[in-house]
Amino acid sequence: MPAVQETVARVREIDVDKYKYGFTTDIESVRAPKGLNEETVRFISAKKGEPDWLLDWRLEAYRRWITMQEPTWANVVHPKIDFQDLYYYSAPKSTEGPKSLADVDPELLETYAKLGIPLAEQKLLAGVKESRVAVDAVFDSVSVVTTFKEELAKAGVIFCSVSEAVKTHPELVRKYLGSVVPITDNFYATLNSAVFSDGSFVYVPPGVRCPMELSTYFRINAENTGQFERTLIIADKGAYVSYLEGCTAPMRDENQLHAAVVELVALDDAEIKYSTVQNWYPGDKHGKGGIYNFVTKRGDCRGARAKISWTQVETGSAITWKYPSCILRGDGSRGEFYSIAISNGYQQVDSGTKMIHLGKDTSSRIISKGIAAGHSNNTYRGLVSAHRRASNARNFTNCDSLLIGDKCGAHTVPYIEAKNASATFEHEATTSKISDDQLFYCLSRGLSAEEAVALIVNGFVRDVLQHLPMEFMAETQKLIGISLEGSVG
Amino acid sequence: MLEIKNLHVNVDGREILKGLDLTLPAGEVHAIMGPNGSGKSTLAYVLAGKQDYEVTAGSVTWKGEDLLAMAPSERAAAGVFLAFQYPMEIPGVATMTFLRTAVNAVRKARGEPELSTPDFLRLVREKAKLLKIDPEMLKRPLNVGFSGGEKKRNEILQMALLEPALCVLDETDSGLDIDAVRIVAEGVNALRSPDRAMLVITHYQRLLDYIVPDRVHVLSDGRVARSGGAELALELEESGYAEFGEATRGEAKSGAAA
Ligand SMILES: Nc1ncnc2c1ncn2[C@@H]1O[C@H](COP(=O)(O)OP(=O)(O)OP(=O)(O)O)[C@@H](O)[C@H]1O
Ligand SMILES: [Mg+2]
Repeated sequence: MPAVQETVARVREIDVDKYKYGFTTDIESVRAPKGLNEETVRFISAKKGEPDWLLDWRLEAYRRWITMQEPTWANVVHPKIDFQDLYYYSAPKSTEGPKSLADVDPELLETYAKLGIPLAEQKLLAGVKESRVAVDAVFDSVSVVTTFKEELAKAGVIFCSVSEAVKTHPELVRKYLGSVVPITDNFYATLNSAVFSDGSFVYVPPGVRCPMELSTYFRINAENTGQFERTLIIADKGAYVSYLEGCTAPMRDENQLHAAVVELVALDDAEIKYSTVQNWYPGDKHGKGGIYNFVTKRGDCRGARAKISWTQVETGSAITWKYPSCILRGDGSRGEFYSIAISNGYQQVDSGTKMIHLGKDTSSRIISKGIAAGHSNNTYRGLVSAHRRASNARNFTNCDSLLIGDKCGAHTVPYIEAKNASATFEHEATTSKISDDQLFYCLSRGLSAEEAVALIVNGFVRDVLQHLPMEFMAETQKLIGISLEGSVG
Repeated sequence: MLEIKNLHVNVDGREILKGLDLTLPAGEVHAIMGPNGSGKSTLAYVLAGKQDYEVTAGSVTWKGEDLLAMAPSERAAAGVFLAFQYPMEIPGVATMTFLRTAVNAVRKARGEPELSTPDFLRLVREKAKLLKIDPEMLKRPLNVGFSGGEKKRNEILQMALLEPALCVLDETDSGLDIDAVRIVAEGVNALRSPDRAMLVITHYQRLLDYIVPDRVHVLSDGRVARSGGAELALELEESGYAEFGEATRGEAKSGAAA
């Protein structure tokens, strides 16, 4: 058996079944009755004590959603999802009350500790100043705790859960919610608008550079529960913020639905850097279970010279359907998309980005690295378009795919539309395999097959790795190891 | 130290080594010469444990153990090192990172602690200097865009860092300029020691002026056709492989037709 196949075989055995985060937490929860109808929407809204305008907004989305069909264009196959067989709201019972760290159920804190998320501020304070990260932790449908809130408030930064922002900053939420991803956008985004549970809200006022990295950790725990978080980040004129998102879920035989919406708004000269390490449960080695991840992420460079940069590391989920995009509306605005998508086992990834050039002198850059192993299927799907008014639009796209073994697939589907003749769009794409000769070279120097694959893959994704915040870099390198080499540790 | 007996090896169903015998005692350097396609690289690969090289008969014993039963990385840990005729490129992986990963992998397998960053850097700089390798080059991705000679020197650098007990050099001198041959040979000579054995595959007597071998073996048609002292290499330089030629050429032809 050639070395590559053997490696793949070993990886499949060890890695996929030893998903590190596959524990469940025993915790009492409050759930909405199973299924989805207007009552469910009202239940969620009432639980959160929402104002009427938001309930109406949700209901409008719901009414729209029941007329919509699931999209079928993605290169993924899965049994039909029974949307009536899901719970749309689940909250740990103990969080129905005041929300300071001391009030959080110790079981929950332990869960986050197991995930390596340092929730307790003391721990963070003990660390070096630069490495401090403010965390918003979302458990099933609700945000359980947000750290560093006061310190951020001093800088004028609002960082809290969306439900809280609805109460404390309704004017901001009302102004921006749905302004980037309208409730009519697409099947999953519309569903999310109807039933979204919680998520993070960030507002950085004009001229403020957010003093620390902001971070959200999402965890699906309850069974048969969809997670529909909604994140809204606004960087006002000249503001800067870097935001990290991490996700995990327990191992379950049934597939669990995750349909999030993330909206970013960058006004004049503002910059938002959004990084994701997505490590939802990918399913077992036979392809059973795992998260269906249908996510709509979009950033709007609404002001001149605004900049939005998406960096994503996708290693989890049974199915990933995700296209973090940038609308380059402001003149001179810039969008970036850096992506590492690793698939193994029976995972299916259909991911990429859209760069919509509307303003003058806008530029965008796409670097995508897809790694497929096992029986997985990995598709890059990207759109770069220039509007008639978008003179001097520039895009550079580079899509590289790496295949490990010969039972997986990698595909590149680029769409390019230039309605303005001055647009310069460059596209490069390569597909390569880890060769037996490369592997043997590493083995002959004493590396194990797992170390060799991890080393080669880390080399392959280097261009993207460099764009990750320090906090995520080491984690990602390790994750690449775990996803592909199986050296659990 | 290394004992090869009646080694038969198939590649893609074709027999390349056809009963090769060779004994390499500790402390000795043996040169292997022979016409193109005679099986020199095949022998080197089999010693390092490359897949798809099927041993159909014979044995290889290394320090009393069955070398053929070991996985490639176990052989590396047991002190076997192959300087490749065509070193591989690994894009995106800094040469320094690769060296460090290799050194620590081998140390770990030998039950030694990993080297600290400063210790490792000191070691690399010292060895690189001997081989006249610019430390800047070590920041570049492994072998990517390296000249032929740089790749070969990088092989010897790895050898110096891993301190193997069996060094197999496959045409390390090919592609080296005259000065580089001398530098590499000095690097190799520095590693000569009573508990280390070397197998130097080469086409040129020139290398053997610097690395004087204890024995020279001529490989032809998958077997050792003749063995002798260092003077055998000189003789071959004069007369070529004519006396071994017919069989090999016939074989090569049938191989090409197949
Ligand atoms: N994968 C393969 N499939 C078929 N034949 C192969 C394969 N690899 C090597 N060979 C053949 O085996 C024979 C020996 O090759 P080898 O590389 O060992 O020769 P060599 O003595 O090292 O030659 P050179 O001096 O040119 O380096 C050659 O005829 C070669 O074509
Ligand atoms: Mg050769």
